[in-house]
Amino acid sequence: MDNESQYSGYSYKSSHSRSSRKHRDRRDRHRSKSRDGSSRGDKSVTIQAPGESLLDAESTRGDDRDDNWGETTTVVTGTSEHSVSNEDLTRVSKELEESSPLECKRFLGPVLGGCLGLFALFTPLAFLVLPQLLWREALEPCGTPCEGLYVSLAFKLLVLLISSWALFLHPPRATLPRFFVFRCLLMVLVFLFVASYWLFYGVRVLEPRERDYRGIVEYAASLVDALLFIQYLALVLLEVRHLQPAFCLKVVRTTDGASRFYNVGHLSIQRAAVWVLDQYYRDFPVYNPALLNLPKSILSKKMSGFKVYSLDENSTNNSTSQSRAMIAAAARRRDNSHNEYYYEEAEMDRRCRKRKARLVVAVEEAFTHIKRLQDDDPAVSSHKHPREVMDPREAAQAIFAPMARAMQKYLRTTRQQPYHSMESILTHLQFCITHNMTPKAFLERYVSPGPTMQYQRENGRGRQWTLVSEEPVTSALRQGLVFSLRRLDFSLVVTVQPLPFLRIGEEFIDPKSHKFVMRLQSETSV
Amino acid sequence: MSSFLSQLHFQLSCALQQRIEICKLRQGEHLILGFSIGGGIDQDPGQNPFSEDKSDKGIYVTRVTPGGPAEVAGLMMGDKVMQVNGWDMTMVTHDQARKRLTKKNEDIVRLLVTRKSLEQAVRHSMM
Repeated sequence: MDNESQYSGYSYKSSHSRSSRKHRDRRDRHRSKSRDGSSRGDKSVTIQAPGESLLDAESTRGDDRDDNWGETTTVVTGTSEHSVSNEDLTRVSKELEESSPLECKRFLGPVLGGCLGLFALFTPLAFLVLPQLLWREALEPCGTPCEGLYVSLAFKLLVLLISSWALFLHPPRATLPRFFVFRCLLMVLVFLFVASYWLFYGVRVLEPRERDYRGIVEYAASLVDALLFIQYLALVLLEVRHLQPAFCLKVVRTTDGASRFYNVGHLSIQRAAVWVLDQYYRDFPVYNPALLNLPKSILSKKMSGFKVYSLDENSTNNSTSQSRAMIAAAARRRDNSHNEYYYEEAEMDRRCRKRKARLVVAVEEAFTHIKRLQDDDPAVSSHKHPREVMDPREAAQAIFAPMARAMQKYLRTTRQQPYHSMESILTHLQFCITHNMTPKAFLERYVSPGPTMQYQRENGRGRQWTLVSEEPVTSALRQGLVFSLRRLDFSLVVTVQPLPFLRIGEEFIDPKSHKFVMRLQSETSV
Repeated sequence: MSSFLSQLHFQLSCALQQRIEICKLRQGEHLILGFSIGGGIDQDPGQNPFSEDKSDKGIYVTRVTPGGPAEVAGLMMGDKVMQVNGWDMTMVTHDQARKRLTKKNEDIVRLLVTRKSLEQAVRHSMM
């Protein structure tokens, strides 16, 4: 196992042929998934693997994981050794999370609700059928009114069934930390209803073997009516109430300050959290830890040059006084780091744009090498020697070679290379070729960081978020509430503000009242 | 000392304004003064080429006919007319100003005017 320092998975690929690249790619893919891809040559502390923030911690890449990456971490510069232990900690916790089994708790709620619903649906049928089975001879015959009741009962049950399927039968999207109050309320209500109906049925009908069948049918019909009303209540509480906007949520990501504003209705904190996360995956650009901090080369100049010796006996409060002294001294020195920051930014911009220009040219040129085979072409091709007909995958591989280097350099400059492996680029290229996209459409994915949703892999485990709040999470949103949604290395802070009350007045303008005059400047002779 | 200064101040304020007496000339059945006015509170002050402050809505002399009674009396182009026969001219409409100047029963009009060049000349001499 070679013990070199960190390197990007692409570093070998640039100057070698395609076939050897394939082998290397397979080997590198095993190694580079969990590796940080920030460029070597930086004096900065290596930031821990950014890939983990996108790939879910419980994702199914256990077989790809590099088991020896503990030995190949870079040298950690900078003042603190604490960063290493932090990395170890998160590494350990991630491994623990990866090995946890699929949660069965996720399906408990829906299964329970489903059982209750089925029970409630079959109850009226049971009410009707049981007397027929048990004491059919003793029942009074029931004519037309009963038949009318049968028909209405059947249709109402059908409506209940269809609307339940439409509204409630979908796979749950989130598990909430506490009970979903409205849903629990409704399930309890349904259960109580049905139980009390069964109770009365048992006491009044089954025991004395009631002979009035019409009464029994009416009883069953009233239960179905009640169920319909409960479903109406469920519709309003679960689906409709939160559609009217009432609050404005400001969502800010702690690491880079990306923020958005959203309008929501009356929700509890946990439901609002789920809703915010839905929007987060779509709206926020993906979290890239490589783009975060000022390079240490700029900041470290402040701290160097001062050595503080403490002459006290007790060194308990040594660190705070020492750091305070250093900060004060640094503040007094003339600060030119903003200059460096400015020039470094400008330089970075220039480099980015140059690489992007090279990439665009390379991609455009690459796309000119292939064209779609039309069906009316065989007349042309039969004269010359037959051209090799390729499927999209082969076509993509054929034109990938000339643009690979430019693409790799560009991704490295914009610190995006952990998100795009060669395989993913090839797949995307194949996709674009199949759908007749232009080079610009192909590049859309790499030019700007897309929403986090674009980089998600499909897996059944889900994403783990922690809701941090000072109030109980089932309480309703109100003004001034602040809660945050925490992930391993960043969190989203959500602030709640009510939407302003609008007083809309009216002013009528007569369309004939729009009249104009020229501005005067007359001169009179006297 | 203070009385001397107040005397000086009185003279200076008088010197910034000039009193001009114009005798109207009879031409046919009209009495003419021989100059044109522009400005007024109903006019656009931004178009006035003679005013220093472009929001000044006073009456300004825009043209003086050569050889007319106004030129003889010493009126110059660009003068701002402050009073006519004691009537204030700083807050009047254009039409009102015209009427005050062309009253048929008056043969002589006494104008109080301010001139930019006059102010500047006094200021220069003070420096």
